[in-house]
This record gives sequence, structure tokens and C-alpha cells, in this order.
Amino acid sequence: MADLTTNLHAQSFWRDARHLATENKLTLMAAVILLLFIVLSLLAPWLIPYDPLAVDSTAALKPPSFAHLFGTDALGRDIFSRVIIATRLDIGMAIGAVFLSFVVGTATGAIAGYFGGWTDAIIGRFMDTIMAFPLFVLAMGIVAALGNSVENIVLATAIINLPFYSRFARSEVNIRRDMTFVEAARMGGNRSFRLLAFHIVPNILPTMMVQGSLNLGWAILNAAGLSFIGLGVRPPTPEWGIMVSEGASYIFSGEWWTFVFPGAALVITVFCFNLIGDGLRDMIDPRSRR
Amino acid sequence: MKIVLSLATRIATAVPSLIGVIVVTFLLARALPGDAAVYYAGSSATPESIAQVRKALGLDKPLWFQFGDYASRLAHGDLGTSLSSGQPVLHDLVARLPASMELTLCALLFAMAIGLPLGIAAATRPGKAIDHICRVIVSVGAAFPTFFVALGLVYVFYFRLGIAPEPLGRLNDTYFTVPPTVTGFYLIDTILAGDLAAFDASLAQLVLPSISLGLFALAPIARIARASMLASLSSDFCRTARAMGLSRTRIVYGYALRNAMLPVVNILGMVFSFLLGANVLVEQVFAWPGIGAYAVNAVITSDYAAVQGFVLMMAILYILLNLAVDLAVAAIDPRVRYDG
Repeated sequence: MADLTTNLHAQSFWRDARHLATENKLTLMAAVILLLFIVLSLLAPWLIPYDPLAVDSTAALKPPSFAHLFGTDALGRDIFSRVIIATRLDIGMAIGAVFLSFVVGTATGAIAGYFGGWTDAIIGRFMDTIMAFPLFVLAMGIVAALGNSVENIVLATAIINLPFYSRFARSEVNIRRDMTFVEAARMGGNRSFRLLAFHIVPNILPTMMVQGSLNLGWAILNAAGLSFIGLGVRPPTPEWGIMVSEGASYIFSGEWWTFVFPGAALVITVFCFNLIGDGLRDMIDPRSRR
Repeated sequence: MKIVLSLATRIATAVPSLIGVIVVTFLLARALPGDAAVYYAGSSATPESIAQVRKALGLDKPLWFQFGDYASRLAHGDLGTSLSSGQPVLHDLVARLPASMELTLCALLFAMAIGLPLGIAAATRPGKAIDHICRVIVSVGAAFPTFFVALGLVYVFYFRLGIAPEPLGRLNDTYFTVPPTVTGFYLIDTILAGDLAAFDASLAQLVLPSISLGLFALAPIARIARASMLASLSSDFCRTARAMGLSRTRIVYGYALRNAMLPVVNILGMVFSFLLGANVLVEQVFAWPGIGAYAVNAVITSDYAAVQGFVLMMAILYILLNLAVDLAVAAIDPRVRYDG
């Protein structure tokens, strides 16, 4: 019996996914491009033509050519290799931040929505305080206070995203708190935490995941913005934001390739994440299909 | 009387946020890596001088006492002294605030001027070319990092085409005289000083930064304008108006638009959060002498008092802007006004 239901579930999932892929070619294309990016970055050590950190003063600021597809920067480093290898760090930071805020936000939001009262008031007040700041400014403050490192960029990005997850989880749990299936589980002798963790939270996970995927692009922009102004990632580490910022100084001498390629990688990745997020939302919530 | 009362309650809702913001900025400064006293005592500090600094800064007192001290200094407008400029932080920030505000407001104006008509046009012609253009602009606008757009614009319009002025600050003071400060907004001050050449020049300096910043805010505004116009046009009152034979212009601009404005004004709070944050990035690209560029410099040089002052000032500004948005909503929407 259980097998049958999971089978049905799996079938409908794949049918949905196929429907989406054929219906919404953009989502499919975004997924393919993103997958390509990720595979490229994972295979990077065997693929990239140059060491991303190797300095070669004879080849400084060369325009794109067959030897250097994206040209070279002021230190003669191959921009193509650097852009490819940076994919890991950029996507990794975003996924780390989204994962952190997803876990903590779902937990706090679920507790607030389930227990209500004082717990709800305290958690809500805490989230309101985060929301009282312009978010990027708060992230700057957090990184400045905790220290200038990649971990703290991830942490800061996670903190400024926390209220969105927490509020969302709170309202979703609040709706389900007194639903029949929860009542049934409660009658079955489940305690509050068990009820929350095994009956209610699994129910809100799909919508929460969509929220997370919609958030990934934004998290990348935030982390890249922080490293653009010199926080977190330090040279010579290849990362798109810092590469754009290093390239910016050559804008007045016309070496456009120094900032265009890392910037374009950033834009394409964020765009793909946004499209996939929209596609997933349509899949989970057919009402939002327009 | 009732309106005054509801205004007062609305203003009172900002107080908890304000307290929260003050607590967080205090804690941020306390979370500094290492011992703050060692840091402030400088590199050539002896154990005695560190102890002295600790006593002078009150760091030997309990945390709640330090917080009381911090709050009372804030109440007197004392944000500490900046290490890099040697000036009081408040003085630095107030001197630079008009530059940032002028840029932010111009960007908002640009975003509204393009985003609203775009959203409305898309909603009134669903499925047509303008609808698709709107959709593309919205999704592309959300994917482009502000700093990348800013650099691209500088490259094309300054370096390639030579139309835009050099992206270095608000006014080139070798050719133009900086107007005497009245409002701090160059666009207004130059007119007050009767210096039209300087007005043109400062306007030219503002165009590219405002567009780069505004593009970021344009996407949410156009999206919400389109969605709320669609909802409003398909509502019963519009159907009734159509059935009664009112002209299309009358329906769209007289009735639907008024009702659709509310969500747009509501989202402005979120838009301001974006703008104030992205401001920092744009100021960095255009060497704009605002508080964002000041803060970046402070962060890089570990000038903590300046960073703390910046975060606090931005947060207070944001709370005030949100309050203004709330009041605007109350002014537009009679339901909110009378609910109290």
C-alpha cells in the first residue's frame, strides 16, 4: 500500500515536472544552463586551461583570444579560469546562507506559529528588529562586527533572510495547527514537538523549499555585493563580485573584459535561479500560474 | 480628533523598532573580534594604557550599564569619534547625508516614472507586446547586480560614447563652484544660487547613478503596479463602470488606478530597503561623497564608531521612511484611516 502511494506520488511528481519542462521552456533552459555551470565548476580542476592564481606579467590585460577566452586581468591571470572556478564559491555561499536561514527560519517560525502567545511575540519581535534595518546595511554591519571572512558573509546573508522564512513558516503552521490530520495525530498520543517535527513541518516543506529557491538568486547578489565593496572574500581568491570590483579600475582604459565576464556569469546564474524558483512555485502552487 | 489619535498610534508603533535598532547596534559594537580596549588603545599600548582606555570607555562596567551609557550618549547626539577623519561621527554623517538622499530620491523618482506607466500599460494590454516587455524588464531587473549595471553604464556612456560626465562625485569643482549649502541638495542649491551651469552639471552627474540605482527599484514597482492594476480592472466596480458605459480612460485612470495605487505605495517600504542598501554599491562606483562610500571606507579601515553610526543612521532613516509610507497609505485609504 505504502509503495503504491509513493509510486503514485513519484509518478505525479515526474508528470508535473515534465509538464513544467514542456510547458515552460524557460525553466527547463535555466535548469540546463545552471546544471552546466555547476558541472563545469566541479570538473574545473581538469578543465580550466590555466591556474586561476598564476600570475604572468607578460600576459597582463590581454583582450579575449583563443589562448585566453575571456582575456587576462592586470596580473596576467586567465579570467576564464577564474570565472569558472569562482562558480563554486559563489553558489556555495548562496546555498550555505539559504540553507542556514531555511533551517533556523523554519524551526523558529514553526515554534512561533504552533505555540503562539509569548513565544510567538518574542520570536516575532526579534524578526521585526531585523526587518527594521535596510537589509544590505545590516549585513555590512554584521560582517564588520564579526570579522571579515567568507563564513561571516554567509552568516550575515542568512541573518538578513531569516525573517522571511520565519514569518512564512509561522503563517503556514498557524493554518495547519488545528487541521484534522493534526488533531488525529494528537489523539494518537503524539507530543507537541513530535507533532510539529513529523506531522506539521513535513507538510509545509514544499512551499518552504520554493521560498528557498526563489531566494537563492538574491543571496548570490547579496554575497557578491558584499565582496564587491571589499568584505569577506579577499584577493587573490576568485569570486565574481571581487573580480568585477578589481576590473572596475580598468574601465577608464577600456579593458572591458576584466569586469564584463565575471559580471555576466553573476547575472546568468542569478537569472537561472530566479527562473527555476518561479517554475518551482508554479509547480507547487498552480494558482500562481499566469 | 480621531485622525490625530490614529496618527499618534501609528507613530508609536515605530518606537519598538527604534529600541530594537539601538540594542542591535550596541550589540554589534560589542561583538567586535578581540578586546575593544586593546583596539582603541592603539598598536603601541602597554597593559596600563589598555586598562586606562578600558576604564575611560567604561568597558569594565557591566553590560547593562554600558548600554545605558550608550543610550544616553545617543540621546545627546554623540555617536563617538571617527578614527580616520578625527571628526565626530554624527558631524561626518550629517555632512554627507544630503548627497545620499539626493541620489536615492532621484533614483526613486526615476523608478516610479518608468515603473508605474510600464506596469499600468502592461495590465491594460495583457498578452500584448508591452506586457511581454514589462515581464522581461521585471525579471532582468531582478537579476542584474546594481554595481554591474553601474559599471556597464559608465563604460558605455562615459568611456565609449563620451556623453556622460566623468563618474567622480557630485560636481567637478575645477569648472564649477559648489553652491553654498542651504538644503545640501545640489539640484536645489544651485538654483537658489542662480548658477544654472552648475545646475546642469550636477544634474548630468546624477543621471547615471540614479538610473543604476533606480533600475533595481523599478522591477518590484512595475511588477506590483501590473498585478494590482490587473486585480483592480477585473473587479466588480470596474465591470459595473463598464456596464454603465463609462469611457475606457475614465475607468482606467479615474477608478482602477486609484485603487491600484495602494499596493504600490505599500511596497515602497521594501523598495526603500533595497535603495538604501544598493546606494552603498552605487556610491562606490561613482565616487559619490555620500554616507555609503563613507561607511565602506570605515568598514575597510576598521573604524567601528563610524560603521556603528552609519548602521544606526540608516536604520533610523528607514524607520522614518516606513512611517512616512504608513502615513501615505492612511491618507490614500479611508479604511486604514478610520480603523485607527
